[in-house]
Amino acid sequence: MTQAPTTLISPDPLISIRDLSKHFGEGSARVDALRSVSLDIFPEQVIGLLGPSGSGKSTLLNVIGCILEPNSGRMELDGESVYDGHWLRPNLRQLRLEKIGFIFQAHNLMPFLSSIDNVALVLDLAGYNAIEARKRAAELLDYLEVGNRADAMPASLSGGEAQRVAIARALANKPRIVLADEPTAALDSERAGIVMDLLRKLAIDQKAAVIVVTHDEKIYDRLDYIYQLRDGVLDIESQEDS
Amino acid sequence: MNLAYRDVRHSLGRFIVTCLGLSLLLGVVLAMIGIYRGLIADALELVETIDAQIWIVEDGKRGPFAESSRIPLDTKDAVARIPGVVATGAVTFQSVETQYGQSKRRMYVIGYQPGQLGGPKHIISGRGLTGRNFEAVVDHRTRLGVGNQIQLGRNTYSIVGVTKNAVSSGGEPAIYLSLDDAQKMQFDLSPPATRRERARGTAIASSGSTVSAVVARISPNASAEHIVQTIRRWKHFSAMTEEDQGKILLQSVVEKARKQIGMFTAILIMVSAVIIALIIHTMTMDKIREIATLKLIGAPDRVIVALIVQQALSMGLISFGLGGVLIFNIQNVFPKRLILQPTDGLGLAGVVVIICLLASVYGVFTALKVDPAKALAG
Ligand SMILES: Nc1ncnc2c1ncn2[C@@H]1O[C@H](COP(=O)(O)OP(=O)(O)OP(=O)(O)O)[C@@H](O)[C@H]1O
Ligand SMILES: [Mg+2]
Repeated sequence: MTQAPTTLISPDPLISIRDLSKHFGEGSARVDALRSVSLDIFPEQVIGLLGPSGSGKSTLLNVIGCILEPNSGRMELDGESVYDGHWLRPNLRQLRLEKIGFIFQAHNLMPFLSSIDNVALVLDLAGYNAIEARKRAAELLDYLEVGNRADAMPASLSGGEAQRVAIARALANKPRIVLADEPTAALDSERAGIVMDLLRKLAIDQKAAVIVVTHDEKIYDRLDYIYQLRDGVLDIESQEDS
Repeated sequence: MNLAYRDVRHSLGRFIVTCLGLSLLLGVVLAMIGIYRGLIADALELVETIDAQIWIVEDGKRGPFAESSRIPLDTKDAVARIPGVVATGAVTFQSVETQYGQSKRRMYVIGYQPGQLGGPKHIISGRGLTGRNFEAVVDHRTRLGVGNQIQLGRNTYSIVGVTKNAVSSGGEPAIYLSLDDAQKMQFDLSPPATRRERARGTAIASSGSTVSAVVARISPNASAEHIVQTIRRWKHFSAMTEEDQGKILLQSVVEKARKQIGMFTAILIMVSAVIIALIIHTMTMDKIREIATLKLIGAPDRVIVALIVQQALSMGLISFGLGGVLIFNIQNVFPKRLILQPTDGLGLAGVVVIICLLASVYGVFTALKVDPAKALAG
């Protein structure tokens, strides 16, 4: 372990969290999922989030993704203050559409849309016209090396292909923040490596911040920092030079 | 990108089966409305066919359809002398059941004097009655044709013509006889009954002088109301206009059946509404994960609402269309008349649209409550 990463790359973090707490339930049923968590993540960083089951990893990701409201603390995303004891912005969904890409363990593709339309959907929602949306979607699928499966329905994709289509979708609107909850759990080590390379490329190309929740030791060496959550308390675990 | 359409196309088989089921239900609703219209049309048909502006019946009676009525035949001559009356007729009505071949038939016997009011309006095959005995004209719904013979009472009649638009308020097809024949049939008892009546010494009323009603057509510039008032002053008769007669038929003769069918239709519409709501709710529940994902990737509510509402509306309207086509094609299979009016069809389509919108509210409510975090749960 070395010094805090705050001053290493850029003075402007993409994700900045201070004393964020989140608990579920009250009284004897109370579970403190996050205890006064503070964290800064800068553009071009790919960081890992580790911890035993129930330690609060998904909770932290959901809070950063603005789908779960914390109980106290502050949060800034891409320079915009979004939480300070309460949400500061009425339309969190618009914020997600513009700034955040989610990658899930289960790929969550729309079963009734082909690969290319799953990706184009996000662009469609972001206001691209249909032709532009399909063009960019096709480029992204090529970039993720699943261009040959553009017209396939999700049910006919392999796990790895589906995951890459889902990543293409997460990246479609050029988010500055990418949140991935165990993105490689369903993949073999080779595929997992490819996915991590892609996230790295994205971080560099789009100056994005990437958080990867993982149990997967195979990918530890591809992460800039590894944070560890234990009972809702966040520690920096290791810092790799890359 | 239309998500509703894509989703339907993806699970087309299921969508079609759902629509087929719903189309049967909506077809039944449409049929009920048709039956309701048919009932009313049947009830008024005879009055419209006879096309007389004045009806004269027994004093204190609301006959001849709602109540039985007997008045002397010569009333007709008195009515004919009223200024403004241009044509008259004397008619008798009676329901009979008769054997034809292997089957029992119910018919509505109308007796009238050929050449005067009360007869069939359009002869569609054969000819009208001329006054000869033992001839009959039938409505086409008796499914009898020119040349057939039919036994009524003690006599056999040969059918010389076929007409249409002649059916009693109960839906029995009409058979027209000459007034003479009809009166004889009405008051002629079977031989054992005649013997019994004779033994009791009861005089059998001379039937020739009695009819059910006298009808009159008036000149266009005469006032029906005025003539009705005149006849009422004669004391021994009830008189009413064609409009009154129509009201009586709807109010007393078919009122209960009308309400019954009306209520049944209302219940069916409610049942359809509940079923549509359940289908839409199920369709929404099946897509909860996709809806959560849509929220997660930032789709606004409008997109989610459109997905549900568009599917609900297309399901409702396609089912309605299929149901309509179905009923339209089998309407003649129904034993009684079904009247499918475009306005009723449009009305029901409107109701279906409203039901679908209301039913979607439930689905939309569920969808909008979905937690986007649901999409993340492995
Ligand atoms: N909606 C909820 N209601 C109540 N408790 C919850 C809820 N979500 C999470 N928790 C609790 O909060 C704690 C942290 O959960 P979280 O899902 O963040 O763990 P995790 O680190 O992601 O675990 P895993 O590795 O199993 O996914 C757990 O004790 C969990 O039971
Ligand atoms: Mg988790």
